[in-house]
Amino acid sequence: MDLILVAVISLGVIGLISAVILFVASKKFAVYEDPRIAQVAEVLPQANCGGCGFPGCNGFASACVKAADAGSLEGKLCPAGGTPTMEKIAAILGMEAVASEPKIAVVRCNGSCENRPRTAVYDGAKSCAIAHTTSGGETACAFGCLGCGDCVEACKFDAIHMNPETGLPEVDEEKCTACGACAKACPRRIIEIRPKGKNSRRMVVMCVNKDKGAIANKACKVSCIGCGKCVKVCPFEAITLENNLAYIDPAKCKSCRKCEPECPKGAIHAVNFPPRKPKVEAPADTTPKAAPAPKAEAVKAPEAPKAEA
Amino acid sequence: MKTFRIGGVHPAENKLSAGKAIETLALPKQAVFPLSQHIGAPATAIVKKGDVVKVGTKIAEAGGFVSAAIFSSVSGKVNKVDSIIDASGYRKPAIFIDVDGDEWEETIDRSTTLVKECNLKPEEIVAKIKDAGVVGMGGACFPTHVKLSPPPGCKAECVIINAVECEPYLTADHRLMLEKADEILVGVSILMKAVNVTKGYIGIENNKPDAIKLMTEKAAQYSNIEIVPLKVKYPQGGEKQLIDAVIARQVPAPPAIPINVGAVVQNVGTAYAVYEAVQKNKPLFERVVTVTGKSVKNPSNFLTRMGTPMSQLIEAAGGLPEDTGKVIGGGPMMGKALLNTEVPICKGSSGVLLMNDKEAARAAESPCIRCAKCVSVCPMGLEPFLLATLSAKKDWERVEKEDVMSCIECGSCQFTCPSHRYLLDYIRLGKGTVGGIIRARNAKK
Repeated sequence: MDLILVAVISLGVIGLISAVILFVASKKFAVYEDPRIAQVAEVLPQANCGGCGFPGCNGFASACVKAADAGSLEGKLCPAGGTPTMEKIAAILGMEAVASEPKIAVVRCNGSCENRPRTAVYDGAKSCAIAHTTSGGETACAFGCLGCGDCVEACKFDAIHMNPETGLPEVDEEKCTACGACAKACPRRIIEIRPKGKNSRRMVVMCVNKDKGAIANKACKVSCIGCGKCVKVCPFEAITLENNLAYIDPAKCKSCRKCEPECPKGAIHAVNFPPRKPKVEAPADTTPKAAPAPKAEAVKAPEAPKAEA
Repeated sequence: MKTFRIGGVHPAENKLSAGKAIETLALPKQAVFPLSQHIGAPATAIVKKGDVVKVGTKIAEAGGFVSAAIFSSVSGKVNKVDSIIDASGYRKPAIFIDVDGDEWEETIDRSTTLVKECNLKPEEIVAKIKDAGVVGMGGACFPTHVKLSPPPGCKAECVIINAVECEPYLTADHRLMLEKADEILVGVSILMKAVNVTKGYIGIENNKPDAIKLMTEKAAQYSNIEIVPLKVKYPQGGEKQLIDAVIARQVPAPPAIPINVGAVVQNVGTAYAVYEAVQKNKPLFERVVTVTGKSVKNPSNFLTRMGTPMSQLIEAAGGLPEDTGKVIGGGPMMGKALLNTEVPICKGSSGVLLMNDKEAARAAESPCIRCAKCVSVCPMGLEPFLLATLSAKKDWERVEKEDVMSCIECGSCQFTCPSHRYLLDYIRLGKGTVGGIIRARNAKK
């Protein structure tokens, strides 16, 4: 009995003394951290994807707080969380959210096994970065997709997958957050972070081949040959031709779809547009989310950082 | 017998064409000259469509100090300045010349008489070598005049000639020594004069006893050139390995270079090219190329004009065997598989190797069993398994710390790995990436 009492009392006293020491230490050596950082970090996705350009979600949170103290959240964007997250952050910090356009990763190569005949066999390590350094690749196109899946590996949101039939990566529009990890991982800079477009509809040149027309034409059925027809037909001067390659500036493109049928190689794709009927209704902006494909119904969550493909 | 201290492997030698005298290959119908045939800045074309050129006419100017001029190897008309897939597997700018004859520039001395006397000053020799577009003929193609201009604070003490030819299959250097021994020795003495040294070594592996014997006999008249027989071990032809083997000095880790330990290393083919450039005014436009392979009907050594498509060499050696699995530019260890046989012969093309299906097939990869064979064969004392794993994980900081930049990409690790791991593939990726990071860091400073 005595023994138990002694044990209880002595342990209790040790505990008390330790508590006092810890209390004093925690007050004396406390490091002040803005409580808003923790609050902001809480609303972030905590995927630590780095798409914002800061080291992880906590890094972004403290950057946001700092920016708020400086007066504006301009330029700060969590691509994974998108506008809703940024609105929440703005509310916490008592600022106004800076509106940003939703973006998405676009794989600008359509060189499937069928379109792009194989001319060689690559038997090295399964890595695009390595394949890129060894040679032009398994086809005659030295610019197109290598198909080893570095982008798939880089994606933290399970939003990009190889299609075994075409041998090309495909982006899942619902999951893609436009964080840009795939674009950085692609050694050929095929993936571009582009504005998602109204109703997720956009016009894209699905090719990055800079070879002269004759060579590009031979290498792939659907390559851009730099003929410039699309440039001529575009009423908004949105298409530029550089190094034998057409590029549609998403900021200028009004999605009129005039260039699509003009391309002799079918390299310009109209993504998510309803199929062309004799007379297609103009891309409706009255019903923003509902209408056509189920894809467009997706939570319009993802937004993007400044594209740095 | 001398050799380098650590690591090394001994692949089957397969010197099938060692007994074949050098034959002169017929002129091609069209010669193609890629503008980047060397390490450093690509050359700039100075001819345009329709220009008439002779053999030995300069067609491209060096694009900087670390660069080399390119000369036409044929006489004819420039067809176009376009692009061609070269040995790198990518399309690069190149000059296409339609051949209509074999008319040489008058300045070139075409006689075969041996010219021993060389009364030029060192600077004049280096200038002449530079003007002839001579680059290292062993395969790396480093411009020779750069190697002969030691950076301030460094002094050359000896010239080491690399006549090792440690790559299996290749015999171009071996044949050159047997047939042009006198010219090579004059070339070596010119190189020694150019860097102002009194000692020259020629390292030859002892699987070439005939070459060692002949060179020793001929070198007897030069008091300061010594023939050093070496034990057969790959990669003895690596600059640092050769210095270690011949004069037992170790080059420190990069950015140190051989000149830091007083050595200037040149390939034996380069010594011959230097002889021709300085004594005969003949720019570098032809070289000896070995065409070989187990299924090749007639493995041969050809004196080939630059710009000749490899298909022509293969044809001359008996045609493309049916069971060809890979066409390799260079030797089996460090050579590169080519995308097609229209790749032109360049300054660094030492051989064309036709691997049959069986040899070309890459065994399936299996997990690392931690046997450490790669560590024991690495001639640079690195840990290849670790470097490969770190590269695969993209941990570039650690890859750099583990000294990836010292890797000479000899492939001994991959050759010896019982699990057939893609060691070199990943190490090359790491080396390339870390190299980029270092360059970016230096640029910032």
